[in-house]
Amino acid sequence: MSLNLDPNIPDPDGFYDELLALHQGLDKAQSDALNARLILVLANHIGDRQILRDAMQTAKAR
Amino acid sequence: MVDVRYNIAFKLYPYEKVAAQSAPPQRHPVVIVGGGPIGMAVALDLGRRGTPVLVLDDHEGVGQGSRAICFAKRTLEIADRLGAGQAMMDKGVVWNIGKVFHGNEKVFEFDLQPEAGHKFPAFINLQQPYFEKFLVDAIRTAQAEGAPIEIRGQNAVTSMQQQAGIVTLDVDTPDGIYQLEADWLIACDGARSPIRDMMGLSFDGRVFEDNFLIADVRMTADFPTERWFWFEPPFKDSGASALLHKQPDDIWRIDFQLGWDIDRAKELKPENIRARVDAMLGEGAEYELEWTSIYTFQCRRMKEFRHGNILFAGDSAHQVSPFGARGANSGVQDADNLAWKLDLVIKGLAPAALLDTYSQERVHGADENILNSTRATDFLTPKSEISKVFRNAILELAQKHAFARPLVNSGRLSVPCVYDGLPLNGPDHADLPTRTRPGSACPDAPLDAGFLLSKFTGDFTLFAINSTVPTLNEVDGIRVNTVSLNTKDADPTGAIAERFLGNAEQALYLIRPDQHVGARWLDADVDAIKSAMRRNTGKELSS
Repeated sequence: MSLNLDPNIPDPDGFYDELLALHQGLDKAQSDALNARLILVLANHIGDRQILRDAMQTAKAR
Repeated sequence: MVDVRYNIAFKLYPYEKVAAQSAPPQRHPVVIVGGGPIGMAVALDLGRRGTPVLVLDDHEGVGQGSRAICFAKRTLEIADRLGAGQAMMDKGVVWNIGKVFHGNEKVFEFDLQPEAGHKFPAFINLQQPYFEKFLVDAIRTAQAEGAPIEIRGQNAVTSMQQQAGIVTLDVDTPDGIYQLEADWLIACDGARSPIRDMMGLSFDGRVFEDNFLIADVRMTADFPTERWFWFEPPFKDSGASALLHKQPDDIWRIDFQLGWDIDRAKELKPENIRARVDAMLGEGAEYELEWTSIYTFQCRRMKEFRHGNILFAGDSAHQVSPFGARGANSGVQDADNLAWKLDLVIKGLAPAALLDTYSQERVHGADENILNSTRATDFLTPKSEISKVFRNAILELAQKHAFARPLVNSGRLSVPCVYDGLPLNGPDHADLPTRTRPGSACPDAPLDAGFLLSKFTGDFTLFAINSTVPTLNEVDGIRVNTVSLNTKDADPTGAIAERFLGNAEQALYLIRPDQHVGARWLDADVDAIKSAMRRNTGKELSS
């Protein structure tokens, strides 16, 4: 398996809404902490070190 | 004049004037500089092999202060081979449960759950002075049995020269300076190694900008025998992390991480230490301060541990952060690795190049230890805002979710490294378990009476399981022992089959004198064994 960079999220607008709603009312520190927890939860779900490495590099390359 | 750098806990080798001080320089096969745990372990191992060894220490005994307190299973196994393991077990505190807190919240609890079927537990807690004393006790026993070991207290090396394969030392004593010569010098003189400095050798690495306050307190509290560790502890002025851990004699080790910009003299005042300890233990706790100290640390190592006829072992060669108990434990493994090799070289049974593999193998171990302890340190003391955000996110998630617990790092506890891919390793067989591959430290296992490792007494050993072993008492003058057993009747728990056979029916292991696996086969003839022996003794090394 390789990192999927094709569209894969059903109802993208709905997902984006949920992501923003999650941060509603939080200050910067709380949002940063929430993002960190979210990354960790997702990373654990993926588990595959190569996919995680590719994802990190994809996020970093701009 | 010999400077007194610290106070003595046990006066074990008082200064005595010897005839050599007023005679022309005498030559010694091996001189060890520094009588700490590593120097004494090497001396004991070499002496038991019959190689004469002289230990020079600038004090008359073991220094005060608990210092290294966690001794790992592998260290105890090595000490046991050297005759000091039982005394350590009898005195030490065995612990298995660790609790990790973040502020007031318990993040999780772990059980080291040592695998069954080993003579020694995963760890014991024991003050370093006891560890050293038990080694010296074993040296005294070995001396009584004829081991050629000499310890000279209050003998401080003030200068050295290495020329044409001879090391010449100036040694200061209460009766003035004398000279001696050594074929081989082992520098076990600690992280600030004067020998290393005299040779102008570099010791590079990373400095961690943090101070840790140790308070050993004596109290009869009914805290359980567990390791309690706090990130961002809730008690007043306790710093960024804290540790509570039990030692023998009703002593508790308390550590506070104080940060970088501190006034050491002020923080070491007993009333200031007591204020911190009071806040941690609660109102009305009764205790005495037994020993206090502030330490900083670095992670660094020498590029090579062998420089001609001079060998470095323990903290003089490598230094790690204390998280994970990898300092003294890795130094004892240096001693274990070095002694048999140097013994064979001195006896003319192996080429001097075998000692290069001491450096290679233990550099490999040091790198693994430095990596692990650096990672633990980065978790304990986040170096940026975002690393602290992730650290605390992990601690928060770990309270509820098992997945985050393996990410919590308050020190990965010391285990021996495997000398994977290094030149001494002989043949392997793919059907046998990964765990016992060449280069690994042989795991222990129960026998009908006693344990397997006690059969591997410091010589090369052929360990035959369900197979016949060719009669072979020596190879090229090097003694080879044989341990042969059948798992049908001599493997009471099945551990030997599981650890050494896997799915195979039979196996033949070549075990090195330091109990690492040197080679293994399902079956081997005399030629194959001889070839593996030559490889394991450095006779196939280029150069």
